[in-house]
Amino acid sequence: MIKIENVSAGYRKKEVLHGVSLSVEDSRIVTIIGQNGCGKSTLIKAMLGFVPMTQGSVQLNSVAVSQASPQKVAQTAAYLPQMHQNGDISVGRLVLHGRFPYLSYPRSYRKEDKEIAYNAMERMGIAELSQVPLSELSGGLRQKAYIAMALAQQTPIIVMDEPTTFLDIGEQMKFMQLCRELTAEGKTVVLVLHDVISALSISDRIAVMHHGRIIQFGAPKEILESDALQKLYGIRVCTIETQNGVQYYYERRERI
Amino acid sequence: MKTTNRKIKYGLTISVLLWITAALLSLCIGSIYFTPAELLSVLAGKAGSAAQGILRYARLPRTLACLFAGAALSCAGAVLQNVLANQLASPSIIGVNAGAGLGVTLCCAAGTVSGWAISGSAFAGSLAAVAVIALFSCRIGASRTTVILTGVALNSLLNAVSETVTVLAPDVAALSTEFRVGGFSAVTYTRLIPACMLIALALLLLLTLCGELDVMALGDETARGLGLPVRGFRILFLVLCALLAGAAVSFSGLLGFVGLIVPHFVRILFGSESRRMLLHCIFLGGAFVALCDLVSRCIFQPFELPVGILMAVLGGPAFVFLLIRSKGGHHHSD
Repeated sequence: MIKIENVSAGYRKKEVLHGVSLSVEDSRIVTIIGQNGCGKSTLIKAMLGFVPMTQGSVQLNSVAVSQASPQKVAQTAAYLPQMHQNGDISVGRLVLHGRFPYLSYPRSYRKEDKEIAYNAMERMGIAELSQVPLSELSGGLRQKAYIAMALAQQTPIIVMDEPTTFLDIGEQMKFMQLCRELTAEGKTVVLVLHDVISALSISDRIAVMHHGRIIQFGAPKEILESDALQKLYGIRVCTIETQNGVQYYYERRERI
Repeated sequence: MKTTNRKIKYGLTISVLLWITAALLSLCIGSIYFTPAELLSVLAGKAGSAAQGILRYARLPRTLACLFAGAALSCAGAVLQNVLANQLASPSIIGVNAGAGLGVTLCCAAGTVSGWAISGSAFAGSLAAVAVIALFSCRIGASRTTVILTGVALNSLLNAVSETVTVLAPDVAALSTEFRVGGFSAVTYTRLIPACMLIALALLLLLTLCGELDVMALGDETARGLGLPVRGFRILFLVLCALLAGAAVSFSGLLGFVGLIVPHFVRILFGSESRRMLLHCIFLGGAFVALCDLVSRCIFQPFELPVGILMAVLGGPAFVFLLIRSKGGHHHSD
C-alpha cells in the first residue's frame, strides 16, 4: 500500500510538487504520465525520500519514508532511475548489488544473495551475460540488467522511471508481461511512462500530472472518459474491441 | 568467461610480484649495490656498519616512502574518480596535493618540523581543499567539468600561496624544488612513520568499504535506491582521500600524476570493481613510484633527478592519451 498525502517537494528554492496526494493498493500497476517537466520523476523521488518534502507524508507499506533509514526504504521499494551511470562492472556484480540493502558493515555478499541475483538474471534472460562488463552491452540489455538488479532487491514495491526507453517493441511487450507477473506475485509496480498507449494497456491505475499536480487519477477507462489527455497532449485516444481485448490508438485529426 | 577470471586471478599475483621486485630493486640498486644475499645479511645485522647504515637509514626509508606514497596517491585518485564521478579527478589535479603542500609549507614556516605536526598540517591542508571541491560538487550542483575546473583553479591558487610563503619565510627554503615536484631524497623516519601509519589506517578502512564504493559508482540515484546514504559516504570518502594524499605529500612532496595514471591503467586492465581496483592500486602504485624513483636516482648518477620530474615526463603524454580516450570513451555514459 502506497499512501502519499498532500506532498509538496522540490529542489532548493524551487517547489516542483504542490500538494500531491495518491493512494495505491497492493498488487497494482500504477503509471504516472504527463508532459516533460511536469514533476513525474520528482514525485517518485519524493515518494522514496530522495527529494526533501516541504509538507505532507509518504507511507510505503506502513514505512513512513521521512522517518525511515535509506536502508529500510530500499528494503521496501526498489528504484530504477531514468539515467544510469555505467562503470566497468560485470552484469553479475551489478545484479548482486540489488542485495546491498540487506547487508550490514562490512558488506560482503552471501551465498543466498548470489542465488537470488542469479535467479533474477535468469528471469530477465541474461544469466549467461553474468561475466560481461556492462559497457559492452547494448542499451536494451543493460536496461534488462538494471531491471534484474531491482528484482534481486526483492521488495514489495518496485518503482521504475521510464523503464522501456531503451527497449525495442518486442522487449517492451515482454516487460509489460513481467510487470503483470510481478503484480500476480503480490508486488506493487509504479511506473513513469511517456507512451500513453502503453500506460493505458498495462496499468490498473493512472495518475495524470500537470504542473506538479495530479489532475486526474483512476482506472484507464476513467482517464479515457475524462478530457485529461485531450487537455494535456491535444490528442484523442480511441479504443477498439479485438479478440485480445481492448486496443488503443491515437486518433489522427488531419493528414500529417 | 574463464579467461576474464584467469586474467583477474593472475593479475593480482603479477601486481604483487611486480611490487616485490620493485621493492627489492629499490633496496639493492643505488650508489652502492647490494646483492639480494647481501641484503638479507645486512637486514639480519651481519654486515659492516657502513653498509648497514646506508640500508637502514637511506635505502629502506626511501623504498618504504615510495611504496606508501604510490599506494596512497593511487588509491586516493581511484576513490576521487569514483566519488566525483569524473575520470579526470586526481589529488594532484584538483588541488588536494596543493592543499597538503600549503599545510606543510605553513607548518615549516611556523618552525614546527616534528613528524606528526607535518603529517597533521598536510592532512588539514588537503582536507580544506577537498572541502572546497565537495562544496562545489554537492551543494552548488556543479557539473563534472566545473568541479574539475574549480579544482584546477584551486590548485593554482594554493600553489601560489605556498610560493609566496616560501619567498617570505626564508626558513622554508628547505622546502626546495624537490618538495614542489615531489621526491624522496630527504626522507627520514620521523616524517615517514606517522604518515605511513595514517596511510595504512586509511587503506584498511577503504578496503572494508568496497561495497559502498561500488554502489556509489552506479550514480547517486541508483546508490540511494539501494539504501546508501550517498551524501554521508561521499564526505567520508573525500576525508579518506584527503588523509591519504595529505599523508603522502607530507613526506614525498607534490608528487603528481601517479594518482591519475595508475587508477586509469588498473581500470583499463582489470575493470572498475573497487576491491580489485584498490588492491591493484596499492601494489602497482607502489611499484610504479619505486621504479620511477630508482630510475630518477640512477640515470644521472651521481646527481639525482627528483622523481616528480620523471613522473611528469611520463605522466604528461599519458594524461593527453587519457584525455583523448575519455572524449571518445564510454566509461561513464549518462
